[in-house]
Parts: sequence; C-alpha cells; structure tokens
Amino acid sequence: MTSPPALGEAFSVLCLFSIVVAPCAAAGLAIVNAGLGRSRNAAHAMLSALLVLGVAAVVYCAIGFSLQGYPGRAAHILLAGGRPWDWAGADPLFFRGISFDLSSASLAALFGMFAASLAAVIPLGSGADRWRLGAACSSAALLAGLVFPLFAHWAWGGGWLAQLGVNYGLGGGFLDAGGSAAIQAVGGLGALSIAWILGPRRGKYNSEHMPVAIPGHNAVFVLFGCLLAWIGWSGLNLAGALLFAGPQVRPPLVVVNTMLSAVCAALAAAGITRTRFGKPDASLCANGWVAGLVASSASCASVRPAIAMIVGLVAGALVVFSVEWLEFRLTVDDPGGAVSVHALGGLWGILAAGLFSAAQGQWLAQFLGIATLIGFVLPLIYALNWLLDRVYPQRVSPQGERQGLDLHELGAGAYPEFMSHNDDLWQR
Amino acid sequence: MKIVALFLLLAGWIIALAAVALMQSTAQRAAFALAGAGVEVLGLGLLVRAHMPHHEDRP
Repeated sequence: MTSPPALGEAFSVLCLFSIVVAPCAAAGLAIVNAGLGRSRNAAHAMLSALLVLGVAAVVYCAIGFSLQGYPGRAAHILLAGGRPWDWAGADPLFFRGISFDLSSASLAALFGMFAASLAAVIPLGSGADRWRLGAACSSAALLAGLVFPLFAHWAWGGGWLAQLGVNYGLGGGFLDAGGSAAIQAVGGLGALSIAWILGPRRGKYNSEHMPVAIPGHNAVFVLFGCLLAWIGWSGLNLAGALLFAGPQVRPPLVVVNTMLSAVCAALAAAGITRTRFGKPDASLCANGWVAGLVASSASCASVRPAIAMIVGLVAGALVVFSVEWLEFRLTVDDPGGAVSVHALGGLWGILAAGLFSAAQGQWLAQFLGIATLIGFVLPLIYALNWLLDRVYPQRVSPQGERQGLDLHELGAGAYPEFMSHNDDLWQR
Repeated sequence: MKIVALFLLLAGWIIALAAVALMQSTAQRAAFALAGAGVEVLGLGLLVRAHMPHHEDRP
C-alpha cells in the first residue's frame, strides 16, 4: 500500500499536542474504575492502572508497533482471490526505523503507544476488586503486545480491513478514526473475557443467583473521571482522525462531535434512569457519558453534529439496559461497566459509522469489522487469558478478597483512618 | 462447551472473510457475511451459556 499524504506542519503539531492530551482518557478511566470499586481496593485499583499503563507502553514499544506498522511501511501480505490481504506489519522491534520527527509514522507510533495503554486499562473495570496485580500486568502485556497491534494494523496500519474499499469497493474501507474498534471494543472484549474467567465477586450473587448491589465507594471520583476522560477523548479522537481519516479532516468538527456524543449519552442515561427509578443514577450516567465518548470515536471525523447526537443518545440508552442485562440475565459481574461501555458502545460506534455514511458498501465494511472483533479478537483474547490463568491464577484468594486488595497485595489501605469493613465484622 | 463455542466464533469469522474474497456482488457478500455472523451469534450464545452459574452447578 502507498503511504497516505503527509500532514502539514500545523496539523502535525496539532496532532502531537492531541496525542499528549490523550492519556487523560486513561487517567479518567482509572479514576472511574477506582470510584466504582470498593474502598478497600481503591489504592490497588489506581496502582493497577499505573502499572498496566507502564507494562502496555513497554511491550508495545518492544513488539507492538512492529506488528501494527503504518500504511506504506513493510508488511506481511498474502494473496487471496488475486487480491492482496495485508495481515501484519513487519517493522523492526523497539521502534527501530522510526525517526521520531513530526512524520506521520512517528506520530502513529506515539499514538499507538498511548492507544495500547488505554486499551489495556479497560479490562481493569470488569476485573475490579478481585484481579491480582501481577495477573493484570501479564494480561496487559498480551493485549498490548499481540491483540491490539494486530487489529490496529488491520484498521489503521494499511491492513486488509482498511483496504476493503480499494480492493473490494466497500465504501472507503473500515472506518475507525478514533478507535471505537481498535481501542475500545478490543479492550471491552478483553474486559468480558476477564469477567468470565475471574467469575463474580464474593457475595455478588445469592444462592438463587440473584445479584446483590455493591455500590461504588466514591461517586465524586467517578464523575470527575468522566470530565478527565472527556479531555483525553478529545485529544484521542482528534489525533486519530488526523492520522487515519485523511487530510480532509476538520479538527473543530471532531471535537464538537466528541462532546455532543458524550453529553447526549449522559442525558439519555439520566432520562432513562430518572424515568425507571424515579431519580437519575450517578454511576449509570457516568457510564453513559463514557459510552458516548466511546461511540463517538469511529465516526467523529465523518458525520454531522446532529448525527453525533443520535450516536450518543443511542449509546447512552444502550448502556443502561446492557448493564442491567449483563448483571441480571447473564450473571456477568462487571463493577466498572467496562463490557457495556467499551465493548457494546464501541460496537455501536462502528456500526453507526457505516449506517450514517453515504458511501456504497460502507456498512458492510463496518459489519466485517464487527464480525472480526467477535469472531477473531474475542476468541483470541479469551484463549490467551485462559492460558495465562492456567499458568498464573488471575483471581485473588478468597481471604485476600475479603481482606481487600489494598491490604492483601499492597500492605496498606487507601484510607487508613477508615479501617473496618462489614465483611470483617461478619467474620467475627 | 467453551472450546466448541470458540471454534464456532472463529468459523463464523472465516465464513465472513470468505464471503468477501470469493463472492462478486455486494448482495452476495452481504448474504454470506450475515450467515457468518449468524454462526458467530451461535458461538457467542454457547459461550455465554457456558459461563452461566446454573450450567456450572449441573453434575
């Protein structure tokens, strides 16, 4: 594949600035997850996020980018049906071959490192309160070193999904400017695998398999995390759009669409919970907000603001029902709502980018992306985590879960002045 | 059961890929891709059932 046209100097600087802001998205998610978990696991949740970010960045630097690559650079290509199928990047390891100037490939490598880290943080939401620190870091290494770069190559690195338009006339190829698929859905499916492999928290389901409410310990953290994530997502979507959506990108439109999608999703979640429960639910509104950000990513550069509002409204409504459905019907214990927000929100964002596109066959390209996420990424990520669990058990011991991960794994709590827990009293 | 579910997911994806590579018209591709997605839904349903607690309780 030929290289995409180079960004101008102004757009390159804007892209670099946007990438530098993007880690706020991971910081926001980390605070949201800590707030939605129990107080006895708060320090563990934040430290897990920090270490997972670090492991993901190192592994991505070592091997991730060599698999992901960038359009126009070396790649592994198969011929099928007389057409090229670009399966994986073939860049050197450890970012060798990247000049780290303001070239698009350099910016893509930097963006990829932050994107891989963000994707690796997402499963912490579903594994909260029972996922061992070492296991979370090992799982992050698998995600950032193999699963994320492979899909990112297909979607962003000139891979076969991106080439569906050129090779098979399916619209403009797979659209995923800000990473609804490559970051959010990949991370969300990782979260689903982790929730399944770890199983529910102790006491989450009673003997009749009915869920027991375990409220988050700090709603202020959760809502502040949403605001922080909004800043990060604006950078993430803008950088992704500049790098992967072509030179016709209009930066203000990307930022406006990102914001409108988030606020409409939060409003939809607030309206639905107000109607159903009599009062708006803070944690579901927060989940709605983040789901709006997630869903905005795929189409942030290509739709009008009114469409971005529709995308957000649907994402916000979807997340409210999905959280309940997963918890009550499927008995998936997902304290941070990561599966509903990132997997379902991401899949909706990808589909919306196809449904609201005028290009012929675009919906089929998006549909193939969804089929790839569910049919390839989910089995891969599940199998990798299952194997890891065989080698290195991922779930903390029952004693550690009862004691709290802060004391059990770190030796000190986040809130030392509040020592007693209901379960400790119950034990006596 | 979980392994069968994972293989069904992969099989559905391969059908969808084959649809793109082998079919000529968009309608044919869409039909086969939808068939692949159907197989994936079966696999996903099986995977969900395999993780339901009442399934694990069975002897």
